[in-house]
Amino acid sequence: MRAVITVIGKDMVGILARVSTVCAENGYNVVEVTQSILQDLFAMIMIVDISNATAPISEVSDKLTALGDSLNLKIHVMHEDIFNSMHRI
Amino acid sequence: MINSHDILETINMIDNENLDVRTITMGISLLDCIDPDINRACDKIYDKICRYAGNLVRTGEDITKEYGIPIIHKRISVTPIAMLAAACPSKDPVHFAKTLDRAASAVGVNFIGGYSALVHKGFGPGDYALIESIPEALSTTECVCSSVNVGTTKSGINMDAVAKMGRVIRETAERTADRDCIGAAKLVVFCNAPEDNPFMAGAFLGPGEPDCVINVGVSGPGVVRAALEKAGDCDITAVADIVKRTAFKITRMGQLVAQEASRRLCVPFGIVDLSLAPTPAVGDSVAHILEEMGLESCGAHGTTAALALLNDAVKKGGVMASSHVGGLSGAFIPVTEDAGMIAAAQKGALSLTKLEAMTSVCSVGLDMIAIPGDTSAEIISAIIADEAAIGMVNSKTTAVRLIPAIGKNVGDELNFGGLLGGGPVMEVNRWAPNKFIHRGGRIPAPLQSLKN
Repeated sequence: MRAVITVIGKDMVGILARVSTVCAENGYNVVEVTQSILQDLFAMIMIVDISNATAPISEVSDKLTALGDSLNLKIHVMHEDIFNSMHRI
Repeated sequence: MINSHDILETINMIDNENLDVRTITMGISLLDCIDPDINRACDKIYDKICRYAGNLVRTGEDITKEYGIPIIHKRISVTPIAMLAAACPSKDPVHFAKTLDRAASAVGVNFIGGYSALVHKGFGPGDYALIESIPEALSTTECVCSSVNVGTTKSGINMDAVAKMGRVIRETAERTADRDCIGAAKLVVFCNAPEDNPFMAGAFLGPGEPDCVINVGVSGPGVVRAALEKAGDCDITAVADIVKRTAFKITRMGQLVAQEASRRLCVPFGIVDLSLAPTPAVGDSVAHILEEMGLESCGAHGTTAALALLNDAVKKGGVMASSHVGGLSGAFIPVTEDAGMIAAAQKGALSLTKLEAMTSVCSVGLDMIAIPGDTSAEIISAIIADEAAIGMVNSKTTAVRLIPAIGKNVGDELNFGGLLGGGPVMEVNRWAPNKFIHRGGRIPAPLQSLKN
């Protein structure tokens, strides 16, 4: 089972480290990271394996949203099924 | 592999284009609560709703967090209460309304629909008392919604019910005049009412439905408008194609949420309602889609054609995305709940007559329209009759949700706040239809062949 974490906002030092720390603390294994610049915004997409998660996705989502708020970034955690169902026939 | 473009597109839809699942509505049959003792019936209703829907709100919130999709409303629809009132005809049906209101508060939903009667061919026991009680029920409860079906394609239009509903709508508005006549915003008069509609105020669970079912209503006018804006100057064929593709994505999301809610609540999945449901929020307007197609304002000549295209393309895209489609399915055009409609009405570009034409090609009907407070009950009934006739002849659902703005006139505004929005009082045609309405009787069912 996998989830997608997206981070969108102004680029700054240490974003990847901070988000990865929350992942590690909750048993999320980072499978893939892509980064790009969307217009003038930084966009990072992490695919994480949550099969061995130690906390429910809703709890991790709350933590990452709070982290995002403190850094003025938008962080979303979404189950991968949403993308598979919306973008695949 | 999920590609990053798809991921960012979805995030952008949610963050900037108001993509959401509008409602998860749990349909609960109350047929097993029928009892000649109204107090016992009310106890059974309260217990059953609390037992079945106790986890509905929390489940919706959990899905929102795990999937990252906003689910705006969690609601309940029930068996038309007139069927329960039939067992205790001498008792005041308002007891049922108060019980529904109490149960809705207990489980935390914001609306409960089904204070309803199906009288398209005539009044049965319970129907008459329930309809008479609507003004009191809606003025003394918060979350209860009411609907009355006055016609169908197969049975024609019950003009006695039409005449009655004009008076009921007026009285409901009068009784809630101190709250911007909000009672009338919770009352819908239908022709061809669907039995599985998840959207308020017209939701009820028809007698052909299972004991309990999950129906989901999707939304997303902002997403469709943004997709058309990005496409730029393409031709109409391309416009229809873009709407279809976007509707497919929106509906797939609704289907996923519906299946997940159904699994977690151990309740069968019923349908996804493929609707473009606007809200008063900027960027969540059906009128703005029509304007994006190239109309200076919603209400201009061309609006009916643009809406027909939109409504049809939403269905074509959505049908393939869902295993079961139902409810109202199409584009809603509620005036006070749509920023673009409100603006068009305020500047005089959108009239009641144009709205009536639009309802012949779209999902519902004359929805959330404030009319002058001195509009007679007969005129309201005549508007209902016209709208029901459009539904009856075209084999589609039509509805009327008018709000007589008591003490106000054209140019004044009503403001309900929240999702119900607010908007200007619109002019109605004042020529009297009184004799036609007072005749009573039924309009016979129309021919289904020789169509021209």
